[in-house]
Amino acid sequence: MSRIGQTFIALKAHNKKALITFITAGDPGKGLTVPLMHALVEAGADIIELGVPFSDPMADGPVIQRASERALANKVGLKDVLAMTADFRKNNTTTPVVLMGYANPVERMGYQTFAQAAKAAGVDGVLTVDIPPEESHGVADVFKAAGLDPIFLLSPTTPESRVEQVAAVASGFMYYVSLKGVTGSAALDTDEVSRKIATIRRHCDLPMGVGFGIRDAATAEAVARIADAVVVGSRIVNEIENASENELIGRVKALVQDLRRGVDAASK
Amino acid sequence: MKLTDLPDSHGHFGPYGGIFVAETLMAALEELRVEYDKARQDPAFMAEFEYELKHYVGRPSPVYHAKRLSEQYGGAQIYLKREDLNHTGAHKINNTIGQALLARRMGKKRVIAETGAGQHGVASATVAARYGMECVVYMGAEDVIRQAPNVFRMKLLGATVVPVSSGSKTLKDALNEAMRDWVTNVESTFYILGTAAGPHPYPMLVRDFQCVIGRECLTQMPELAGRQPDAVIACVGGGSNAIGIFHPYIPHEKVRLIGVEAGGSGIASGKHAAPLSAGSPGVLHGFRSYLMQDENGQIIETHSVSAGLDYPGVGPEHSWLKDAGRAEYVAINDDEAMAAFHDLCRFEGIIPALESSHAVAQAKKLAPTLKKDQIILVNLSGRGDKDINTVAKVSGITL
Repeated sequence: MSRIGQTFIALKAHNKKALITFITAGDPGKGLTVPLMHALVEAGADIIELGVPFSDPMADGPVIQRASERALANKVGLKDVLAMTADFRKNNTTTPVVLMGYANPVERMGYQTFAQAAKAAGVDGVLTVDIPPEESHGVADVFKAAGLDPIFLLSPTTPESRVEQVAAVASGFMYYVSLKGVTGSAALDTDEVSRKIATIRRHCDLPMGVGFGIRDAATAEAVARIADAVVVGSRIVNEIENASENELIGRVKALVQDLRRGVDAASK
Repeated sequence: MKLTDLPDSHGHFGPYGGIFVAETLMAALEELRVEYDKARQDPAFMAEFEYELKHYVGRPSPVYHAKRLSEQYGGAQIYLKREDLNHTGAHKINNTIGQALLARRMGKKRVIAETGAGQHGVASATVAARYGMECVVYMGAEDVIRQAPNVFRMKLLGATVVPVSSGSKTLKDALNEAMRDWVTNVESTFYILGTAAGPHPYPMLVRDFQCVIGRECLTQMPELAGRQPDAVIACVGGGSNAIGIFHPYIPHEKVRLIGVEAGGSGIASGKHAAPLSAGSPGVLHGFRSYLMQDENGQIIETHSVSAGLDYPGVGPEHSWLKDAGRAEYVAINDDEAMAAFHDLCRFEGIIPALESSHAVAQAKKLAPTLKKDQIILVNLSGRGDKDINTVAKVSGITL
């Protein structure tokens, strides 16, 4: 079983929900990503999503777009992201790392070459935002064969009839984006999400992660009550953007500790 | 399989095309695919589309024998398909009318569009006014400055123009932002995509709406010249005017189809917008096609004197036609396009768009290699009023 699967089983055994935290690799600096990853884990993250910078992040809002632009200005590409993961693995062999990004950098490297290099670097799952199941034939199989979990999105606009089709190719966990819109959007309707999750669970056995619109302990707690995992991205990247280099680690840790408290409050 | 049978039901032209978007848009694209499929088989829809093209756009656009230009260039006879005479001054309106009618059919009251040079933005704002819809146009902040008159035209027509300051601040970034808007407002909003690119079904439906250009030529050329042309030339940015004139000619195997990309400062300089001539396949903006990209798969900045050709990708059907060997693709540099622009002004009294000037420049190269009784048909996709500031600047003139 993959590190992601093991993580969810272990959490369930302790009656806990997962906290999944996102940062963009190479933001704000090339040398800061690995220390930030360790800080996320120390503050209570169960799984790390590492954003692969792309020049045209069509599905991301302004906060993550800017992170991508900063990372590209630091000349961080897919190969660097794999190197950072390998570096992280020197001191952490248990926390799953999921790469999140767009198809083209992976396509350019070659799906097979990428899958093997990612596995060797210690990557556990891959979410390519712009490869839906319809275009994933072969790709998801290549990832699975290399021991990587292909992770897919479901959204409020996904018809029930489609959930099974997505679940058939996905592994690791299912990522439900709780709002229409891009990353970093504002409000969150937990009742609506709750209803949708119940529908999805009828067709999908995978752990359910919910992201988009989680900004603090309260929203994290509300989501943790209905999902298996709480995914936080823009809020953390926002903190990174506004912190000076010497307060960076401290501020990110404080934020993630707060989110952790929210997630754990849901299990009490 | 015939070349004209594509795309397949999933939007693939061989390895190109497809639907590479985030999950949030999948349902909207499926809805559009289903609705378009019904519309194109609905005689009432097609009749209204044709009525609008005739009475609002002014179609058919004429084919014109450019005799003085042909004499100057020496060799083949050059004919111009006058898309510049359409309402709003370019071929773009053919597509925006089709998509606006689809939007109305689907009950969407808000339309959004991306624009580079501003021609598609103007064409979208025009049809939004015509059909009483709210219109928001995304435009790179750089292009908002370069194309100020078109920005004002859009505003006059009642559209909201949103400058986009992310990335390179040009067409590709405007497209990213329009997609983001669509993801957010997917239920109320119809995205009028401006070229034969993007996720399926856009490359197919934009092509279908633009094919009126080539279909008219199939009738007009025998009437005017006694036969079909030996070569058809069109400029290619995203590639909608080119696919519109090429597609009906695909079964006419003796007709050479030549697409002209923006060579900018020259292919060797790296400063160009010619993915088919010097790029490689990849995935951007929802489809697979030839792209301008670096070794890490990042999209690289493009350069062209013509804002409408300044795009790092190209419609998937062109990638397919290139690989299949049915169409040829070449690049014309800024200075060659500029010379052809002046030629058409001086010898024919026609001020062409800088985009279309690339196609004229290729005719200038090809004509002398052909005999006097051979025929080149150039798609004059738009008029050049919008470009006079750019031309003045390049010529060192202050207006």
